[in-house]
Order: sequence, then C-alpha cells, then structure tokens
Amino acid sequence: MAGGHSMLAKLATPRREISRSLGMGVSAAMTAAIFLLWCLITYGGLVDTTFCPPPHQVAAAFWKTLLDGSLLRNAWASLVVINLGFFLSSIIAIPLGIMMGSYRVVQAALEPVVNFTRYLPVTSMIPLLILWIGIGIEEKIAVIFIGTFFQQLVMFADVSAQVPNELFNAAYTLGANRKQIVLRVLLPATLPGIIDTLRVTMGWAWTYLVVAELVASSSGLGYMSMQAMRGLHADVIFVAILVIGFLGLVTDQIFKQLKHALLPWARAR
Amino acid sequence: MGTVTVEDISLHFNSRGSSPVIALNSLSMIIPDKQFAVIVGPSGCGKSSLLDIIAGLKEPTAGRCKLDGEVINGPAKERGMVFQSYSLFPWLTVLKNVEFGLSLQGKPARETTERARYYVNAVGLASFENAYPNQLSGGMKQRVAIARSLANDPEVILMDEPFGALDSQTRVVMQQLLLGIWEKEHKTILFVTHDIDEALYLGEKVYVMSARPGRIIDTISVDFTHPRRYELSTEPAFIELKRRIQHSLHAEVHKAIASAA
Repeated sequence: MAGGHSMLAKLATPRREISRSLGMGVSAAMTAAIFLLWCLITYGGLVDTTFCPPPHQVAAAFWKTLLDGSLLRNAWASLVVINLGFFLSSIIAIPLGIMMGSYRVVQAALEPVVNFTRYLPVTSMIPLLILWIGIGIEEKIAVIFIGTFFQQLVMFADVSAQVPNELFNAAYTLGANRKQIVLRVLLPATLPGIIDTLRVTMGWAWTYLVVAELVASSSGLGYMSMQAMRGLHADVIFVAILVIGFLGLVTDQIFKQLKHALLPWARAR
Repeated sequence: MGTVTVEDISLHFNSRGSSPVIALNSLSMIIPDKQFAVIVGPSGCGKSSLLDIIAGLKEPTAGRCKLDGEVINGPAKERGMVFQSYSLFPWLTVLKNVEFGLSLQGKPARETTERARYYVNAVGLASFENAYPNQLSGGMKQRVAIARSLANDPEVILMDEPFGALDSQTRVVMQQLLLGIWEKEHKTILFVTHDIDEALYLGEKVYVMSARPGRIIDTISVDFTHPRRYELSTEPAFIELKRRIQHSLHAEVHKAIASAA
C-alpha cells in the first residue's frame, strides 16, 4: 500500500485508532481555536460587543448573576422542571415501549396514535397547554412530557423489538416460562438500549424546556435569557447558553458512566 | 430416556402472492434413546425447521412429534437446543449462562453452581468462568452453549449447525470435544449439518434429507468404533460412505437450484 505508513495516511484511514495524547491534543486545540476566534472577532472590533460580548464581559456577567443568586435560582428551576418532566415520561414510556415492541396487540393498539402524535411539533401545542394549565411549572413539565414521551415510546419499542429471537428460543428450550422470559431475558436484554435512548432523548428534552421557558415563564434559564434580551444584556444570554451546554454535558456523562457501571458486559469489545 | 418419534410431519409456509411453500412433506423417523443422529441435507431443505418442531419452537402444519411416547407441544427443558449463533445471554458471565437453566427451576444456588462449574470444566473453559460472552471467540461461545444445555440435563440435545460459523480448525476441535462428551454422557443427540464429513465423523446414524420438500432419502448406519479419531476421515470405508451421501445429495442440490430459479 503506497504511503500507507505516513502520518497523513494514518489519519485519513477510516476507523484507524490514534494515540490518546494526540486525541486529547486535537480536542484541546479545537476548543482553544473556537475560543480564540471568539476573542478575535470581539476584541478585534469585528462585531458590535453589545450583541456579541467578549469573554471577559461574559465572565463578569457570570460572576454577577452567580453572586446575586439569579443564576443558581434559574438553573435550579430549569433542572427541577426538566428532571420531573423527563422522569415522568421515562417511567411510563419504558414499560409501555417494551410492551409495544414485544406484544403485537399492544403494538396494534398504540402504533397509529403514537405515530400521529409523534409528528406533531410539541411547540404547536404550547398555546393550548397555556390555556389549559397556565404558565406555571406544570405547563413546562407537560411540554417536556409530550415532546419526549412519544419519541421515547417508539425508540423503546424498537429496542425491545431488536432483542434477537435466538435469546428467547434458547431460554424456552432451557425451560423458561413466559414470566421468566420477560424478567430474565427481555428486560436485561433491553437495558443498554434503554440507557442509550434516555441519553439521546434527554438532549431533546432540554430543547423543549428552553422553548417552553422562552414562550411564557417566570423562572428558568430560558426565562433568564428572555429577560436579558429585553434589557439588551447579551452577556447574560451567553451565560445562560453556556450553563445549559454545561448541564447537558454533565447529564450526558452521568448516563455514560451509569451504563459503564451498571452494564459492564455491554462495553465495546 | 430420550427416544424421539417424528410422525408424518408436514410444514407449509404461506408466502405472499404465490402458492404455499412445502418445507417438509410427511416426514417420519425414530431416533432411539442415546443415539447420536445426524441429519445432513442441502441448504433450505427444512432440516432446521424439523429441529425447531421437535424443540417445540415451531408448530407443524400436520403430524406430530413425541418424546418417549409423549406428544410434544411447546418447548421444554427435556429437549435442549444449541443454536448456530447469538444464543448466549450477553449480560451473564460464562458460569451464569451455564447456570441459567438450573436457576430457572429454583434449585439451590450451591448445587446449581457446582453442576455448572463441572460442565464449564468439561468444555475446557474453567479459566473463563467469569468472562462475558463478548470477550469470547466463536468456538468458546459454542462451548458455553453446549455446557449450558448439558448442565440442564435434557433427554435430547438438538443441535442446529452449531459449528457452521466456525473456521475449519476450530470446528474439528469442537467435533472432537462433542464426541468425547457424548461418549461419556450418552445422551440422545440430533445434530443438523450440511457438512458430510462432519455428519459421518459424529453420527452413529446419518439421515440424508432431500431438497425441499424435505424427506429422508437415505439412512446410513455408521459403524466406526468409539472413541473415534479424526484420521478416520481418510479411511476407505469413510470415503465410501461419503461418496454414497455425496451421490444422493448431488442430485438434490441440483433440484434445489432448479426449483429456486
């Protein structure tokens, strides 16, 4: 293979592993480059800093909102809402989805409704939800629930439908009854897929949360951004966005570690 | 006891838009207790379906199967099965996989573990008892599957091309392992393969199956003494039997290709 061992050829080979230090170096360099770009366009006077504040101004806004308590209060409000909505959705969608993927009668009952509702943007229901439940925490939980639930249902159903038939047949020929098939084969087999699905749908739930908070709310990171917009405080909007990104990153890591710890057998070989 | 009787089994599939496919057509056979029986036949001849029917995983369109005179309806632990692939529980270690059947019956944990460990040893995986399936090679996985079915003490072990996905060196090792186990445990085994060498090396009785619809077209008693050594496959008597099976199968393979066209 011509040039197969040159550095460039190695990097350009699909799925070719790179060293850990190189990987971390590239990650750090990319992050630094984005930060430098931000410095360049703000300190270099390429943009109006009223609308795109420079790093030190965002840091000052972070410090200020941290000290006056508004950042933590709003972050906490968002966390409570998203976790409640996500928990409620997941706790119903997991068993129902598993049943939908494994029992034809449940599938027949739910599929038409779910596939219809799934394509309705939850944002289109916000006005109705405000009319029905107001603009309190319940409305935002409802937005997250509706936005997450139907997507989760389909994804959990898929996870349970993907369990190979051979596993059931092996268990049957070892003497398993129906209850044992469900408890000792179906459920453990779906666990990795369930955690992966939770991880993905949690990201979407953040989107619905912020949308709900932008539309009508009296607390939360979305509300904080909206208030800042009215006062032309772009730096505070930046803070809210960065905090949302950070919380997302933390949540993602929690799911990743959870899978690692609970399911050692599902680790990539 | 483990005598399997197959009485006039037929299996039809309804395929969309065309006439139903006849996979098996009134097939009958008797596999006596403790026999190592092998069914050899071309791909798609319905041999795996026959095994599924005996296991109780598939219902025949007509006819019935019996184990020791009792009609089979549905799977049960008396008829253990080893599949070609994907049948180990990936969330259980080797030892826990082998314990699975026993633990379903609620046997005491110590007895279960003791028995499972015995069979893990018997298939040569003692040092892997805490490994997960995704850490094992294909041959090791099939050893676990064999140990798992033996530990459950079935009357009959049904094996559906269990070594079909293995490379030829590993396959030979597995065949020897299986023969060794059978010579010791003397259980009824019904083994399905399309590999004639494998059929003759393992089987006491080899049933040759026709192309679809599957029927038994030849039954061969393989009288080589046990323990069998692998060099057997180069002996004239072995080659003679191989030629006989090849001859009947050759015509069947052509029939299968013609009917698929």
